[in-house]
Parts: sequence; C-alpha cells; structure tokens
Amino acid sequence: KDKEEDESKEEDSCSQQNRASRRKNYQRKNSDGKKAGEEGSQQRERGKKAPTKDQKELENKESKTNKKGKEGENKQKTDRKNSTSSASSNSSDEESLSEEELAMLMEQVEQKKKLISAMRNKPWRMVKKLSVLREAQAFVEKFEGALGKGKGKKLYAYKMMMAKKWVKFKRDFDNFKTQCIPWEMKIKEVESHFGSSVASYFIFLRWMYGVNLVLFGLIFGLVIIPEVLMGMPYGSMPRKTVPRAEQATAMDFSVLWDFEGYIKYSALFYGYYNNQRTIGWLKYRLPMAYFMVGVSVFGYSLMVVIRSMARNANESTADGDDDNFIFSWKMFTSWDYLIGNPETADNKFASITTSFKESIVDEQESNKDENIHLRRFLRVLANVLIICCLCGSGYLIYFVVKRSQTFSKMQNVGWYERNEVEIVMSLLGMFCPPLFETIAALENYHPRIGLKWQLGRIFALFLGNLYTFLLALMDDVNEKLAEEDVVKNITRWTLLGHHNSSAGNGSAITPPPLDPADVPRGPCWETTVGIEFVRLTVSDILVTYITILVGDFIRACFVRFVNYCWCWDLEAGFPSYAEFDISGNVLGLVFNQGMIWMGSFYAPGLVGINVLRLLTSMYFQCWAVMSSNVPHERVFKASKSNNFYMGLLLLILFLSLLPVAYTIMSLPPSFDCGPFSGKKRMYEVIQETIELDFPLFVAKIFSYVANPGLIIPAILLMVLAIYYLNAVSEAYQRANAELKKKMQMQREEEKNKRNNKASTNPMLQDLEDLLTPSTKNESHPKQAEDKKIESPNKTSPVGKQGKAAALDGSPMTGGRGAAFTPPPHVFVTQPPTLGVWSPYPGQPRPRGRPVGPVPGRGRGQPRY
Amino acid sequence: MGNKQTIFTPEQLDAYQDCTFFTRKEILRLFYRYRDLAPQLVPLDYTDKPDVTLPYELIGSMPELKDNPFRQRIAEVFSEDGDGNMTLDDFLDMFSVLSEMAPRDLKAYYAFKIYDFNNDDYICKSDLEKTVNKLTRNELTPEEVSLVCEKVIYEADADNDGKLSLEDFQHMIIRAPDFL
Repeated sequence: KDKEEDESKEEDSCSQQNRASRRKNYQRKNSDGKKAGEEGSQQRERGKKAPTKDQKELENKESKTNKKGKEGENKQKTDRKNSTSSASSNSSDEESLSEEELAMLMEQVEQKKKLISAMRNKPWRMVKKLSVLREAQAFVEKFEGALGKGKGKKLYAYKMMMAKKWVKFKRDFDNFKTQCIPWEMKIKEVESHFGSSVASYFIFLRWMYGVNLVLFGLIFGLVIIPEVLMGMPYGSMPRKTVPRAEQATAMDFSVLWDFEGYIKYSALFYGYYNNQRTIGWLKYRLPMAYFMVGVSVFGYSLMVVIRSMARNANESTADGDDDNFIFSWKMFTSWDYLIGNPETADNKFASITTSFKESIVDEQESNKDENIHLRRFLRVLANVLIICCLCGSGYLIYFVVKRSQTFSKMQNVGWYERNEVEIVMSLLGMFCPPLFETIAALENYHPRIGLKWQLGRIFALFLGNLYTFLLALMDDVNEKLAEEDVVKNITRWTLLGHHNSSAGNGSAITPPPLDPADVPRGPCWETTVGIEFVRLTVSDILVTYITILVGDFIRACFVRFVNYCWCWDLEAGFPSYAEFDISGNVLGLVFNQGMIWMGSFYAPGLVGINVLRLLTSMYFQCWAVMSSNVPHERVFKASKSNNFYMGLLLLILFLSLLPVAYTIMSLPPSFDCGPFSGKKRMYEVIQETIELDFPLFVAKIFSYVANPGLIIPAILLMVLAIYYLNAVSEAYQRANAELKKKMQMQREEEKNKRNNKASTNPMLQDLEDLLTPSTKNESHPKQAEDKKIESPNKTSPVGKQGKAAALDGSPMTGGRGAAFTPPPHVFVTQPPTLGVWSPYPGQPRPRGRPVGPVPGRGRGQPRY
Repeated sequence: MGNKQTIFTPEQLDAYQDCTFFTRKEILRLFYRYRDLAPQLVPLDYTDKPDVTLPYELIGSMPELKDNPFRQRIAEVFSEDGDGNMTLDDFLDMFSVLSEMAPRDLKAYYAFKIYDFNNDDYICKSDLEKTVNKLTRNELTPEEVSLVCEKVIYEADADNDGKLSLEDFQHMIIRAPDFL
C-alpha cells in the first residue's frame, strides 16, 4: 500500500513538473502554434468519440490540469524523437496526431485509475471525493473500451474487464480477511478503556494464538492423527500399554492429574509412538514425519518471529532517538486518541501535565548536576538490589531442586514434597515482579522505559529459574539413561526366558505371547521430560488464573462491596483496585511459549493444551480487565512497534531450541519407546530415509554436503557475510548521523542569517501580500508554493507557474489546479535540504525526481 | 443481508470504499453508529442521498470523542460548514482519517488543521497555547505555558518565521514515535 501511495505522490509531482515545463515551453517559443495544435486535437477527439457536450466539459474541467501535463510530456517526447529542431515540432504534431491522441487518451485513463486508487489518500471533503470519483470512473468506463484497435481492442477490453474483476475480487477478499480477524471488537473496547499499552498485550496474545494454531495444525495433522488412525492400536505392544503394576490405579483422577496412567501411554506423549518405518496403507513414514515436524515447529516459529520483527522495524521510521523535538512531540502527540473512558482520560490529563512540568524542570535545571548524581546513585542502588534478588532466587531454586532429588529417592513422600519445585517457582514468579516494581520506583524512569527494564529483569529471573529447572531435569535424564541399560538387559532376558520356557516344554505349538503389560520397561526419559513440561504448563495456567481470580476479581469485589461499611475509603485508599500488569503478563506469555517450544518435541499434545489456554485466557483476561482492573495512573502509549516483545520471544525461542537440539543430537533415545527407538541417535532417521528411499546419488550428495570440509567454509562464509552487512549498516548509520548533524547546522545557520536580516526583503514581502488574497481560499498547497519562492531551489518554477495558473486561469481551473496539486506531502513542501534524506534506509524510496519527462511509465509508452 | 442493501446502493458502497479506508461492513457499522446518535433524524434509506446534518452536540457526545480535549476542533475540521455539524459523508471522512489504516501523511495533514485553531494555515503561538491548555486542563501557569510554546516554536520552526507552517509540522511529526 505504501508503494501505491508513493507512486501516486510521484505521479502528482511529476504531472506538476510537467505542467511547469509545459508553461516554460509556452513562454519560450511558439506558444500560439502549440495552442492551436492542442485545440485541434481536442476538437478531433470530440469528433471521434462524440460524447455529449456537457459530459466532455465536465471531464475537461476536471482533468484539465492533468491532461495538459500529459500533453506537455507528449510534446517533449515527440520533440526528442524527432530531434531535428524545436521548430519542426509543430508539423510532427500534425502528422502523428491520431496515434499520439490515442496514447494520450490511454495516459489519461491510466491517470484516472491511479486517481481512483489513490482517492482515499486525498485530504478532500467526502462530497468532492465522491464527485471526483464518479467522474473519473465515468471517464474510465467511457474511454477504456475505445483504446487499442482491431485485435488489440478486444484484448484490451478483455484485460480491462479482468482487471476490474480482479479489483473487485481483491476488495471482497479484503473484506473477508478483516472479518476473519478475531476479537477485534474486544481489543478495541479494552483499548478505549485502558489505552493502547494494555491493548498491545492483547494484540500480542492474539498473534501468539495464531502462531500456536499453525503449530497445532502441523503437529496434529502430521503426527497425532496419522498415529491414531493408522498406527497400531492401544494395547498391542508394550509401549502402548499400561504396565501391570499400574493398571489398578491407572484411571484414578489423582493419577491422571499427574499425567500418569492412561494419559502417559497415549498419543499425547513421545513414548507411545512406534518405531515402525511405515504405517498403514499409505505407507506413511511416521518416525521421519515426527522428526521433520519437530524441526519445522522451530523453523516456522523462527521464521514468523523474525519476519514480524523485520516488518515492525520497517514500519517504525524512527526510534525517536532524535531529541530535537521533545516539547513539540509532547505537545502534538501525547494525547492517545483511542481513549474513550473518562477515568482514563483524567489520568491521561494528569500524566500529560506532569510530563510537561517535568520537562520544564529538566529544561530549567539542565545545568545543575546534583539531581543527576542522586538519580544515578538511586539507579545503581536499584540495580544492585535487583541483582541480589536474582541471585537469591537462583540459589533458592538450586536448593529446592537439590532437595527434591533426595526426596525422589525416598519412598512415600507427601504432596508438598513432590511438588515443591513447581510451588517455589510459581511463588517466586508471583512475588518477585512486584518487588522489582517497588525497587524500580527508585529509578524514576519514564514508564515506557521503566516497563522495558522491568521486563528485562523479570525475564532474567524467569530465565534463571527455567535453566535451573532444566539442569535438574538433565540430571534426572542422565540417571534414567543409566537405569535404562540395566532394564534393557532384564527385558532381553525376560523375553528370552519366556521363549526358552515355552520351547523347553517341547511342544510344537508356539507359546502364548507374553502379555504386553507384563514386559519390563525402561524408564523412557523422553516421556518423563514431556510430562514435566506438561505439568509445568498446567500448573502455570492454574496459577495465572487463580492469581487473576483472587488478586483482581475477589479484591475488586471486596473493595467494591465492603466499601459501604468500612472505616476508610477502600477504593481510594489502601487495597484499591488492581492495575493491569502488562510486563508480567507479557513475560508469562513469552515463557509459556518457550515451555511449549521445548516440550512439544517430547509431548506432541502440549501444543493442543496451549491453544486451549490461549483461547480461554483471551476471554478470561478480557473479562477480568474490563470487570476488575483500573487504568494505569500514568497512562502511556505503546509505541507502534512492539519489537521488544518480539525480541524477548526470539531470545526465548533460541534458548529453548538449545536443550532440544542437544537432546536430539547427543543423547541416545530410549530403546523401547518412541519413534526413534533402536537407533543410536534421533537424527539417524534422516540418514536411514535417504539411504533407503532415495536414489543413490542423493545419498552421495548428502554425504558430501555433510562433510565438515564443506560445512566449515559455509559457516565461515556466513560469518563473513554477516560481518560485511553489519559494517555496511554501520556505515549507513554513520552517514545518517552525519547528515542529521549537517541539517541541524544548516538550520542553525539559516536561523542566524534570518535573524540578522529579518524582514529585509521587501520585494518578496510585497509579492506575498499581493498573492495572499487570491490564494486565501485555496488552502495550503498554494501557500506552500508561495513559500517556495523564497527558497532558491530547482522546483521554484513549479511554484511560480502554479501561482500563475491560479492567477490567470478561470476560477474553476484554479480550483481544480489546487485540487490536483497533491496535499503538500513531500516534494513541494520540503525545504531543499530535506531532499538529502531520501536515499537512506527508513525512507522507502527516493522521492525527488529530476525535472523532465518520466521515462517508461504507463501502458501507452511503447507506442512512441 | 436484505435490509442492509436498502441503506446504500452497491454503487454507493463501492464509492465509499474507494474514498475511505473501510470495508463494507465497517461502513455499515459506522452508519448505524451515526444513526444511533439521532434515530429520529437519520433515515434508514440513503439511496437517494437525503440531506441530513447532525449538530455538534450529538457528534461530540460519542464515546470516541467525549473525552477528547480536541473534540470540538476535530468536528469543526471535518464538518462541511466548519461549525462541527456533520453529514454522514463528513462523519465517514472523519473516521476514515482517524482510522489506523490511514497513512501518516494524511493524518499529519489533518492533525495540522486540527491544531490550527484560527484557520490561518499556520500554527502560531496562540494556537499552541490553546493546545497546551486543552491538554493539561489549564493546570500550568501562564509562564509555563508560554515557555512550552516558545520551546516548541524553537524546536520545530525550520524557517524561523515565528510560527509553524504545514511543512514544519510534517517534518517534525512524521518522525515522532508516538504519532499514530
């Protein structure tokens, strides 16, 4: 869409330039002759198409300026083509008229179409927009069929028809798409009550839901459903059966709640899958699919996160690092236009006032240093305190994990001992963030920056917790691996013994097969890991919901109803209502997602649980926010790009990729459960597939590619490329900063110059005075052009000519002219120094164009 | 679907979609919002383009605008007659520009008009003072207000004529991180 916009802008400016150059032509040389030619061409056009007179007039009025611009262009083109002399242009005009006319018409039609597509970007009144639109549409309708001749005509008409259909289809599709965006109204409602920062959390939640839905589709469609439909049924083999010892309690709720029993031996977990190479009549390669899905879950997530980060980075043209406009920005952009709630508005007013006062104070006391020293000291102190907290919590978790390892060796431990790690982690997650917030009050940052710090700290806390948990889990896994070797032997001996005993009987009949429930099993560490993650996720969900219910809802009810019979004002006083905790919620979401990414390889059903969680929490949290939270005291706007959230997500994605990659690459899979059982490493499934299912040369190529001799240079190359790109971008940034400085200096210089000879240019003053009354009613564009005179600039002819047009033309033409000058966007209005800005990153395209004909635009071009 | 079609002809809807940033459904929703402001005034049939204007008191009471300090200015800028009384066309226009799909250039243009209280195509000091007072509900002292205004002019006035022209304004605001 941006592109279109730019194009239309360019279009406008170009036509303007053309108009200008045309005018110049008029003044310079045989203007009479050309006028005659123009007149003639118009007449011929009239004769040929024979439209009704008033229609024609309408079009003329409406498109006068543009058409003239085009004609000027055409003239120039023919000039160039003939290139004999400018005097001969008249005759050449006469000769090539019909063709030229046609091309011109085509140009006009194109112009109209552009106009139609850019209509919504014009700052006109709706009535005018509508009427211009109607005229343009009528014009296009009328003439586009007439273009082209003979065979080309039909083709052209057909193309036009298709284009129209395509536009209609696109529009319908867009309508459909916007209807498909879920929860738009809900989020808008929250936004109007709490400002855009709270809404940004919900938008993030919705985005997460979308990503998880895709992951869910991948895993369910390619792994779980094939296994359920085509795999061996439950009870057919040891890994798919509950062991004899557990069968009695396998259906108890308390067991199921711990994800043991029947749930443990279901398709939700890694251990259930069989290592058979192909299943069912489809010959579906399940182990292969399992591996590929596991990889592509990460691949897709990485891609999505990075893509949306890149898009956000493109959208935000500036990061506001420019501190030139503190007050201006405060004044013009501090109001959040999305606020629609009196309470929020009150808070907003208060916060704007305080921020103004703060910056006034800053401005006045920018020389005094005491304040800054105090602030620096407080900030350092706060950071020290927070680091202490982090270390403390890390040690606590380490301690608890150690203790739980001793507990796990003991028999009949209580419920608390079993769940101590989870409980401590949840408690830390609940109490540390408010503690950090209290400490952060010392620092006195702007709330937006404060939010980032807060997020970073909680992130560190959670990360520490998570990795301690992972280390403990690793210990567990290693223990299980050792145990497995023993069990493997036992299993083999049992099976052997069974065979021997039945063979020893001497009977010819095959022995009754050993019941799968009786076969001794290995511990299957993969399923254990999966269960841990599922448990953690579920307990996280519960803690979140209970916190919301108790901390927000019950508190709100209490404050609301007990307030009638209480000795102080509860609503304004101590407990008050809760605020919506953006940082905590965002981090909760991010960490939960990390858990999902880590766990989904060993518990394919985890993504399903997460989808449910996100769905319910969308409704639940929307309800909780609207019913029991109050807007922040210092309402602030979320900046448009929430790349910070995305950055956190990317980091956690990478960190959760590490342990999974480690287990896949360097731990042996269990011998009796899961799709990779019997292999030395999980990734061997790929080698197996390549060897068995692909032709030989593929395997050869693969072995070459996998050669370290090739991989190391490739990695080196990538590193070099990264280095190069980094250097380039740094150079750009430096150039950017340099230019900024230059611009600043120029501005200062200009100012000084102006100050010296303030109002010493009486001639210009007079000119302006003369022009102001005639242009008064034509709004900005003219004014802008007036100003242009003052700056010695190559576009100045445009200004002059535009003004001339306004002066000498009929009021109608003038008005139209004003209408067709673009809303003074970029080209006409920017001071000359600004042109330098364009070719740098951040600006999508260079906007300035050299004066002159536009090369190769529009369909009519090849005819020249 | 049946009764929806009678409000606008399909051509009208298409034209509105071309002129605004809205989809068909949003246009209809906005129409109902408009109608709900004064059900007795606004007919349910817009196919023959009735000439209906809602007074500013009704427009300004919408929840979207109710708490906005600039509501009067917004209504004035977007209304045909400049007094804040709006036809449906003006209404759609306003929400189209305020919607999040509108490009920043367009928004900057209208924002300039909104902040230009005395319609002289420049934001001069009195406009700035009005803006500050509206934003802070007159809680700053006159000295503070004038200080802020001077600062703003110092920062944003590139051609040093003591007031902000549209180009100054755009130059400044396009780069603001908060400008939506």
